[in-house]
Amino acid sequence: MGNLLSLTTFIPLLGAGILALFLRGDDHAAQRNAKWVALATTVFTFAVSLFILAGFDPAAPGFQFVEDRQWLLGMRYKIGVDGISLLFVMLTTFLMPLVIAACWDVTHRVKEYMIAFLVLETLMIGVFVALDLVLFYLFFEAGLIPMFLIIGIWGGKDRIYASFKFFLYTFLGSMLMLVAMVVMFAQAGTTDIPTLMAYNFSSETFPILGVQIVGGVQTLMWFAFFASFAVKMPMWPVHTWLPDAHVQAPTAGSVVLAAILLKMGGYGFLRFSLPMFPVASDIWAPLVLWLSAIAIVYTSLVALVQKDIKKLIAYSSVAHMGFVTAGIFALNQQGLDGAVFQMISHGFISGALFLGVGVIYDRMHTREIEAYGGLVNRMPAYAAVFLLFTMANVGLPGTSGFVGEFLTLMGMFQANTWVAFVATTGVIFSAGYALWLYRRVVMGDLIKESLKSITDMTAREKWIFAPLVVMTLLLGVYPSLVTDITGPSVARLVDQVEVAVAAHGTDSAIASAVAATPAQH
Amino acid sequence: MFSLDLQTVLPEVILAVYAMAALMAGVYTTKDKSAGILIWATAAMFALMAFLIATREGTDPAFFGSFIDDGFARFSKVTILLSAAVVLVMSQEYLARRNLLRFEYPVLVTLAVVGMMVMVSANDLMVLYMGIELQSLAMYVVASLRRDSEKSTEAGLKYFVLGALSSGLMLYGASLVYGFAGTTQFEGIFIATALEVPLGLLFGLVFLLVGFAFKVSAAPFHMWTPDVYEGAPTPVTAFMATAPKMAAIALFARVVFDGFGGVVGDWQQIVAFLSVVSVFWGGFAAIGQTNIKRIMAYSSIAHMGFALMGLASGTVFGVQAMLIYMAIYVTMNIGTFAFILSMERDGRPVTDINALHMYSRYAPMRALAMLVLLFSLAGVPPMVGFFGKLYVLRAAYEGGLTWLAILGVIASVIGAFYYLRIVYYMYFGEEREALDTGTSPLLWGVLMASAAVMVFGVINLFGIEPLAAAAAATLVN
Repeated sequence: MGNLLSLTTFIPLLGAGILALFLRGDDHAAQRNAKWVALATTVFTFAVSLFILAGFDPAAPGFQFVEDRQWLLGMRYKIGVDGISLLFVMLTTFLMPLVIAACWDVTHRVKEYMIAFLVLETLMIGVFVALDLVLFYLFFEAGLIPMFLIIGIWGGKDRIYASFKFFLYTFLGSMLMLVAMVVMFAQAGTTDIPTLMAYNFSSETFPILGVQIVGGVQTLMWFAFFASFAVKMPMWPVHTWLPDAHVQAPTAGSVVLAAILLKMGGYGFLRFSLPMFPVASDIWAPLVLWLSAIAIVYTSLVALVQKDIKKLIAYSSVAHMGFVTAGIFALNQQGLDGAVFQMISHGFISGALFLGVGVIYDRMHTREIEAYGGLVNRMPAYAAVFLLFTMANVGLPGTSGFVGEFLTLMGMFQANTWVAFVATTGVIFSAGYALWLYRRVVMGDLIKESLKSITDMTAREKWIFAPLVVMTLLLGVYPSLVTDITGPSVARLVDQVEVAVAAHGTDSAIASAVAATPAQH
Repeated sequence: MFSLDLQTVLPEVILAVYAMAALMAGVYTTKDKSAGILIWATAAMFALMAFLIATREGTDPAFFGSFIDDGFARFSKVTILLSAAVVLVMSQEYLARRNLLRFEYPVLVTLAVVGMMVMVSANDLMVLYMGIELQSLAMYVVASLRRDSEKSTEAGLKYFVLGALSSGLMLYGASLVYGFAGTTQFEGIFIATALEVPLGLLFGLVFLLVGFAFKVSAAPFHMWTPDVYEGAPTPVTAFMATAPKMAAIALFARVVFDGFGGVVGDWQQIVAFLSVVSVFWGGFAAIGQTNIKRIMAYSSIAHMGFALMGLASGTVFGVQAMLIYMAIYVTMNIGTFAFILSMERDGRPVTDINALHMYSRYAPMRALAMLVLLFSLAGVPPMVGFFGKLYVLRAAYEGGLTWLAILGVIASVIGAFYYLRIVYYMYFGEEREALDTGTSPLLWGVLMASAAVMVFGVINLFGIEPLAAAAAATLVN
């Protein structure tokens, strides 16, 4: 099976094609068929991706399962996985069946809904496996189209505003990245990602309009990529599209957005910014660290005062992504390991939290925290599940949330103690808003009339949560499951950055020494 | 010698003779009744000529070097002929149902196409002017085809007045160039500019470029475009948005590279300026529009800006990028106009995008195809429109115009807004009175084919890349 990876990537698209071409009508039977086809496709994709996981050798350097074909303009259709991208592929294929199952009760334009998610799955996997710059961009950008439609067609009241904001915000960010890609293509003469990772872009300081650009071309391109990934992550202060998009998106859309789409930003930092522009990454790391620290504290405080459950979780996502960016730009093994771990774990936890909101939203059709209270009396199973994920979100030891936060904080501490100090207060705040939310929604007496007849989770809903519960606990007590796979790839990445920075450091040390000499006389 | 010359211009001669014969036949026989057949015959003629031209090879100058048949001209001509053929066929039903189907229409279109073919093959300012005028005069008449409609006649008049102005500017430029270079042939101009460029020649160049900017509707010389697009009958608008644009920009490229290729620095800034103003104006001005024909007019202004970006780079790759961009642009526009032509309510044409509310509900396939085209126009991957942008951006960077590339992408984000707005009406709107869905299968076919090209082109752009590269190589030497 030489093209296992292509198979994984394009099976969902095939499923979407089958739905689009062969499924007619919009009656009940057709809707059920659409859901089953979509579910079968995503489960099958997951099954195929398991073969990749099984065949992957973490110790081997470089990319595996590589496929390489001629494309346009010297670009290539090249895909492959390493320890970092493999996990994101697995996360995607693992979550998609749950996402499809979570929208089982949708009745509005079901066929299109399923097609949108299947297309989106192909594009998301494509982002993580692409080993060609333009191919990556293609998948990265194309993902906007189905998400735009998902928010716009199946979203809540202000869906139009949210969908436009989502699209234009992320589009602007990635257009600047496109220019940087064009520059890289022209300078290095290739769009091959492994080659570009080894390519040494100039980091010599030069002036633009009289302003000295420290880090030279690398800095400019680093910022262009940063514009795209920071919006995607999202980082403070360009995070404002996320709460809007989350609140308006349907449950399944929110799950995909929080669990997978946000990770593309982090993945982009790991795949492009760090290896391709190591010197610029080193120079601008303090900026990212402080932005992350601000994000963690600020968005946690904002989360505290939210009245809408989904908005609260959305802000909590921004805070958790702050740990990821800080971990990445700590530029050491613990930080990077922690960042990858945090992203995977956040995929499960935030996905589960949004699904949890979906469960009560489907029953009450409101997301106001005020409208709930005392759910534990009528919904004990739900209360237990929601408690577990609230705790995981807070970072309770024993859940996967703890490992990620601990590792990233450790990495941050080595890089910049003050940032770690500030970020740690965010952990306390997160306990504050999460536990308070839990208290207001689940605990207390059931006094609201409307809630008196609310029912507990159905078997389907329990089955959706079961795998997420298992993964959260499993990764919490046995984190090596992830770190064994990512470890070697991350170690190589750290080495590469350190070597490049050291080389630049000696250059610039000499340069500054030369510059300083005449001044001393 | 003369027979060889004639052989070089054979396709133009055949088409011109065909136009005359069709005119005579129309006048002396059945008049408008045969117009339908004439349209199909003309389209077949165009396709035949495209085939004839595509099989040619090499570079053949004719008539003492005032006319040239090379790879660049052939690439442009094939694009012009094929797009004109498709647009003609598309317009037949629309015109017939509105009693606009006169036999003069295919004849005038044929004459315009001959003019365009002369334009792209011109190697001399005189021949160039001849081509432009033949094309423009035919287009003025076609624009006011619906002569009892105020809007249509207004469109024709506006087009004529501003077209005449631009022709005047161009002629003035040409006379200056002739005066200072001593020749009207591009090779001669190239030699005259080799050592130093006299100020008068530079003035001539500027006037020429302004005239061309009118023809390609690049801002700030675009004012006629929205009004003419809106006023002209939709099939005519579809025609104006495709083939003449290709011809005008090819001519632009021919003059700046063949004639002034030695002094790239002198015109590069002007073209870059035209490009940046066009992409921004095309993006901003369309935001408030609700008429889809006006939106397409501004869209074409923005797209011309991107095509000019390729030219501004002043390199072989830039010309290749421009050719690819234009081929993609023409294909996208044909599909989009096939959609606009099918927008009807109770048999009457509708151009307000408000009418598209929830279009995807009752015409899912058409809506999907239009969605693909709109995202392609906006330059979102994986649609082919994105690759056009990628090529010109790379060309701009390699030509040392990184700032232009950056401004271009920012403008394209602004432009994305109004394409998204059409998507918004089609997919997110509210239930309103529906448009007719049972319109022509032919338009449906063209729309679907165009959308399919936009999606499947991602595999290899249908092999257009090496063709464009070869064409560009013959122009820039």
